[in-house]
Amino acid sequence: MSDDALSQTLKDYADRFASGQRSRARPLSAHLRALEAESLHVMREVAAGFANPVMLYSIGKDSAVMLHLALKAFWPSRPPFPFLHIDTTWKFREMITYRDTLAKALGLTLYTHTNPDGLARGINPITSGSNLHTQVMKTEALRQALNAHGFDAAFGGARRDEEKSRAKERIFSFRDANHGWDPRSQRPELWNLYNTRIRKGESIRVFPLSNWTELDIWQYILEEDIPIVPLYFAAQRPVVERDGTIIMVDDDRLPMRAGETPGTRTIRFRTLGCYPLTGAIESDAATIEDIVMEMLTARTSERSGRLIDHDEAGSMEKKKREGYF
Amino acid sequence: MSGAERSALIDRLSRSGSKGVLRFITCGSVDDGKSTLIGRLLYDSKLLFEDQLGTLERDSKKHGTTGGDIDFALLLDGLEAEREQGITIDVAYRFFATEKRKFVVADTPGHEQYTRNMATGASTADAAIILVDARKGVLTQTRRHTWIAHMMGIRHIVLAVNKMDLAEYSRTRFEEIHGAYRQAVASLSFETITPIPMSARFGDNVTARSERMDWYSGPALLEFLEDLEAGSGLAGQPFRFPVQWVNRPNQNFRGFSGTIASGRVQRGDAIVIAQSGAAARIERIVTADGDLDSAGAGDAVTLVLDREVDVARGDMIVPADARPDVSDQFAAEILWMNEAELLPGRSYLLKAGTATVPATITTIKHGIDVNTFEKEPAKSVALNGIALCNLSTGRPIPFDPYDDNRATGAFILIDRFSNQTVGAGMIRHGLRRADNIHAQAMDITKTERARMKGQKPAIIWFTGLSGAGKSTIANIVEKRLSSAGHHTYSLDGDNVRHGLNKDLGFTDADRVENIRRIGEVGKLFVDAGLIVTCSFISPFRDERQMVRELVGSDEFIEVFVDAPIEVCMARDPKGLYRKAQEGRIKNFTGFDSPYEVPESPEIHLHTADLSPEDAAERVIAMLRDMGRLG
Ligand SMILES: Nc1nc2c(ncn2[C@@H]2O[C@H](COP(=O)(O)OP(=O)(O)O)[C@@H](O)[C@H]2O)c(=O)[nH]1
Repeated sequence: MSDDALSQTLKDYADRFASGQRSRARPLSAHLRALEAESLHVMREVAAGFANPVMLYSIGKDSAVMLHLALKAFWPSRPPFPFLHIDTTWKFREMITYRDTLAKALGLTLYTHTNPDGLARGINPITSGSNLHTQVMKTEALRQALNAHGFDAAFGGARRDEEKSRAKERIFSFRDANHGWDPRSQRPELWNLYNTRIRKGESIRVFPLSNWTELDIWQYILEEDIPIVPLYFAAQRPVVERDGTIIMVDDDRLPMRAGETPGTRTIRFRTLGCYPLTGAIESDAATIEDIVMEMLTARTSERSGRLIDHDEAGSMEKKKREGYF
Repeated sequence: MSGAERSALIDRLSRSGSKGVLRFITCGSVDDGKSTLIGRLLYDSKLLFEDQLGTLERDSKKHGTTGGDIDFALLLDGLEAEREQGITIDVAYRFFATEKRKFVVADTPGHEQYTRNMATGASTADAAIILVDARKGVLTQTRRHTWIAHMMGIRHIVLAVNKMDLAEYSRTRFEEIHGAYRQAVASLSFETITPIPMSARFGDNVTARSERMDWYSGPALLEFLEDLEAGSGLAGQPFRFPVQWVNRPNQNFRGFSGTIASGRVQRGDAIVIAQSGAAARIERIVTADGDLDSAGAGDAVTLVLDREVDVARGDMIVPADARPDVSDQFAAEILWMNEAELLPGRSYLLKAGTATVPATITTIKHGIDVNTFEKEPAKSVALNGIALCNLSTGRPIPFDPYDDNRATGAFILIDRFSNQTVGAGMIRHGLRRADNIHAQAMDITKTERARMKGQKPAIIWFTGLSGAGKSTIANIVEKRLSSAGHHTYSLDGDNVRHGLNKDLGFTDADRVENIRRIGEVGKLFVDAGLIVTCSFISPFRDERQMVRELVGSDEFIEVFVDAPIEVCMARDPKGLYRKAQEGRIKNFTGFDSPYEVPESPEIHLHTADLSPEDAAERVIAMLRDMGRLG
């Protein structure tokens, strides 16, 4: 997509939230309506219960949905909190362009933060390894940003269906003054009565998408017509294949191995993280509809390419959680 | 993809969610087959990717308990590792979907905190599946789980008689268990109790009807769940709308955002604010997708009224002709969820709907034994205990009995100091006393009484260890104030313990009650216009905070009389530390009972290097600075 076309798409999207009456062509599916209402409730509790909340925005599909819900929750007011992107400097270039165009179109207050120490130390995903990179450029960076702004609540887009061990995570997850997560001090969550009380310095991570599944996310994007980063759609892109993983060559920071030359393949991403840690999949799905169709058949498909991708997706998400969230 | 294809795709997807979401909980003793059943549901609803299936088959061969067959329980093993690390797993939520609807299963694998965990999972569940092992039949746990489901307002029970393969698929055995169960829970009323003979391991009557039990003509579990009505009957209750957030983007728009707790609302409806009684009509029902003509339980909307009325978060918008109770006194069943036990008289925060108010448990009427359903006398409530209590809140709140309305009859209790969620409550009924007491409007006000005395009343609260110097300093303060013509009174252990509180000892519960009464008496003296000095060890922050909140924010002055315990022990003016050391006094603060240091007292006096006269002078200087001395 050209920059101009992207700009127009996002401007049209922003116009949908301009004040004045809106109306929708067809009602949202019953279960999405229930999920949406629950997320809106959670967001409003945070807006009312905390002095200085922030929404983490990581440019991916879950963030797109979370942002969309925030635009709806407070309408016709604007979301009463700023957004924060932790920039590792290793996001795909298209993601950064997308982020900036979107923030501008919607007039969001978007803070970005990069860990200056990590930058000075030259931490990167290629030679430092993904664990150190995640620890320094995501976890530490996030802590720095939360401290600098004194945020007392931070929305994240994690879902319980992402992995077995996430199934028990609270919607309101308590963190001590060092941002530590102590499983023993997590609060029981009954009904929809969330405990928002904290002392100075402590904070809460809030997961409004807890009860959404991956398919729910895609279906909602489809029914709500939410724009997402073009990298989710199939296109011809320069890639190399390493150990069965398709890696997109986004810029010349990816060192070529001996005898390796990038080829062009029709690929897309199911999950977006740091380049080059995120593997692509071969796919022709060029629209949301295609993606949803692919999702529906992926469950019974025997094509193995997707399985590798699923593993990749899983480990990627896991890193995100261990460190980033 | 063409517009028509797109439309067809959305149709197909939304059909699969057409019955919305059903939430249920599975309950059973260890090894009854909970994990196997949930794993089987996930498996049969094809929610697994092949890589997960591959792993499952491999793991089943390696670690399975099923002799090489697929062991569905392994699907839930994400939690096993954590269990080994000693991390409490309270409730895990799993998701699966069929053509008709989406499901959320609350799985409570923990064994120790079972009551708390099950109640947490049950609080949002529409149905409970009670598992019974066909070989073992109805156990004490079966009764307990059913009772908790009942207490939490679940209206549909599935009695899953599992492991029928190990009971020869016997109809007689199944009916025997069903009969015994009906008898065991006869005193509890549910809308439906549906017994299903099952083998989770082999899939009989789980997703499809079993051929091995042709004598059974009822539905398979999944069939039953697909058609069950969700929402706990909230749709049929009167309209209730707890205001969450006041939506005011500009001068021209003022709306109240929230989630409809129950019932329906329509444009033009006549409503009132439950607490104030202020009346208005619904002018608009606003959403980001456009205005609605009507909206129902579960919808997150923004209401605009046809006139200016005073509305804030915590208020409830209700129909003028179907109002909830509004009271500051009510009876509720409380499930206690914290290691520190519930103490009557202690002040907690109560959150009901969107309102958060101070609350105390005034009386524990009786505890409840969840195994026998019997009432038992109780003075406090420990972790996982359940009791029927009377509560009193700082402000009246709107509510309905929990039995009628799960959304407006529920509350949580929050500890004021640790901020932990310590209790869950189900309101049974209001106590009407509040109405009668409120009516008395006094002719001579507190302000007038104070003016006649030429001072502003206050409580000066001296807290600290025994021997720190509280009474000595308080005594000097009082003498100096009264010689300057001020009206004072002094409360301390000597004049309170021997009279008003002579029925109280030194257990935690009694200490709490002691301070509560002193606080109330202090408040009356403040009403009378006096400056009151109170000298009490008062070891708990919560109780000091409670007294602080009884009076105006500028009427409470906390003085921390601080001396190291060694200094206090050396002083030992009443010989108490010696007695404590000799074991002749139990629960002595600083010795074998804790003292919680004030976090931000108005005055902090280090008496180890400050004379009592200088200390008293600092207190008086503070009073003067605050303008309390006229
Ligand atoms: N024969 C038979 N075994 C079962 C059945 N359901 C579960 N099991 C076995 O019972 C054991 C305990 O099951 P599990 O699901 O782990 O129980 P949980 O503790 O309730 O989660 C496992 O070895 C299962 O394979 C059943 O219907 N028939």
